[in-house]
Amino acid sequence: MQLSDTEQAMLEGQQGRARQKAMELLVRYAQALGAERFVDTTNVAGVPGSTNAFLQRYYQGAAYEVIFSRFDLDSDEVVEVPPVSVHSCHLQGGVDPENWQILGASPAAAESHRASEQATARRGIEILKTCTPYLAGNVPKRGEHCAWMESSAVVYCNSVLGARTNTEGRESTSAAMLTGKIPDWGFHRDEYRFGSHRILIEVPVQSVMDWGMLGYFVGEAVGERIPVLTGALAPPDLIRHKHFGAAAASSGGVEMYHIVGITPEAASLEQAFGPRRPLETLSYGAAERRRTYDTLNARGRDTHVDYVMLGCPHAALEQIEEACRLLDGRHISENCNLWIFTSRSVRALADRQGLTSIIRKAGGQLLTDTCSAIGQAVPPGTKVVALDSAKQAHYLPAMMGLEAWFGSTQDCIGAALTGRWSGQAP
Amino acid sequence: MSDHASTVRIILKARKVVGGCAEGEALVTRQTISGWGGVEAATGTIIETRHELRGQSFKDKVLVFPGAKGSSGWSGVFHVARLAGAAPRAMIFNEMTTKIALGAVVTRAPAVTDLDRDPLEVIATGDWVKVDADRGVVEVVKRR
Repeated sequence: MQLSDTEQAMLEGQQGRARQKAMELLVRYAQALGAERFVDTTNVAGVPGSTNAFLQRYYQGAAYEVIFSRFDLDSDEVVEVPPVSVHSCHLQGGVDPENWQILGASPAAAESHRASEQATARRGIEILKTCTPYLAGNVPKRGEHCAWMESSAVVYCNSVLGARTNTEGRESTSAAMLTGKIPDWGFHRDEYRFGSHRILIEVPVQSVMDWGMLGYFVGEAVGERIPVLTGALAPPDLIRHKHFGAAAASSGGVEMYHIVGITPEAASLEQAFGPRRPLETLSYGAAERRRTYDTLNARGRDTHVDYVMLGCPHAALEQIEEACRLLDGRHISENCNLWIFTSRSVRALADRQGLTSIIRKAGGQLLTDTCSAIGQAVPPGTKVVALDSAKQAHYLPAMMGLEAWFGSTQDCIGAALTGRWSGQAP
Repeated sequence: MSDHASTVRIILKARKVVGGCAEGEALVTRQTISGWGGVEAATGTIIETRHELRGQSFKDKVLVFPGAKGSSGWSGVFHVARLAGAAPRAMIFNEMTTKIALGAVVTRAPAVTDLDRDPLEVIATGDWVKVDADRGVVEVVKRR
């Protein structure tokens, strides 16, 4: 592959050992992809230096440098980790720093997260600690080359913002933070961004739940390819895009979608497909919607709900307001827990709006930084969970061995208030 | 392996993704694999609901699959599987993505793609497979 003088210099160690190790990893990665060069990135989102129980044990509670060198940079040698060279942020973490006890974390785990976070901040990495950086102040501009992790953020970045990123991983984002380089492959290139499948929408898609189900259907149908949605669709708001993309990235590997007349690179069907012809045209009608609903509820049996989790991807302020409206001054069932997850930025707004105390008075919790799947934390004794996120319904039951119901936010708050699931197929 | 005359050997050409040479028993799936949330890294076991390999481990196998899907934690999970000693010995896949490229790199197991025949057609679970990624050659000994 071709390297610029700067890249060659980094690879030779002229900018220090850490940048050398980072370039070595990026070159291995670019060669695996078959990329011919790197592109300069100005916006990197990852989980640099973060720890979990396994890494803590494996590296025996080792210092930030050790985990960053050996794991993030996949280096056999430990190097000193300098401040990052480009705008970088830390995505979601494993623990809410203020409410770790509620999540059942040990004091040692909370302390290790705190120390890791300080080390991250000292290197100039923004502690956004969310899967929705675009709701916490990091909104890339159209055409900007990014290197983002978090599949739901990646699909939002490409599709809604028209910025450019592949689904990067922990190691490539940490290396990109130090070098400002990422392989020029995939979604960085014009020819890769055109649609592959046409999806005809034949039923109304309106609520957040509708958009989540549509996303789940589309992901299963197209896998990691690029769907182009056509039909009578009212323009979705940010929250509907968030739930659609997160679902499509979970059931499949969708990293970009087009909605004709709505998303930035799909002013027309012709623009969305460019020189390509649709590989396949699929319909989403009442039967497909019903099948998707049933799939998402396949792990639901017992209608007694122990736990309602909202905020996947992290709740926007409007979603927290909606939950508060639905709670309507009532107290949740004593047999049920309600946890709503968001970013620290949105939580600060919710505090100011008085929403956090409304949730707490109703017996629920507004938590930050993580979620039940990422933090592997559910209330003790949980057997049956209710979710308004197709993404979370895809992951959480399998990871934690739970029964699960999927429905609207209203269905979920209803379950929290009564302890019973009464959601209905649309 | 027996070198009996009736042994069926198939040679496939491939493109190197990660260099090296390894051999082992094939574990084949026609379904893409989700890393984070789809695999228990400590044991290399597939846990995704409705996956045809659910409950089976790829530890020490030659994993033959269409490609990666799902979370960006794909590489991290395969990286941890390597540290835990639960990684596959080699990987053979069809669809190149950033998830699988980075995942294969940090798994440090020989990996190939772009085969001259569809490996999902040619290789079956239980076949003995030798992956020489540096030379871009995959040798399949069919299980009789």
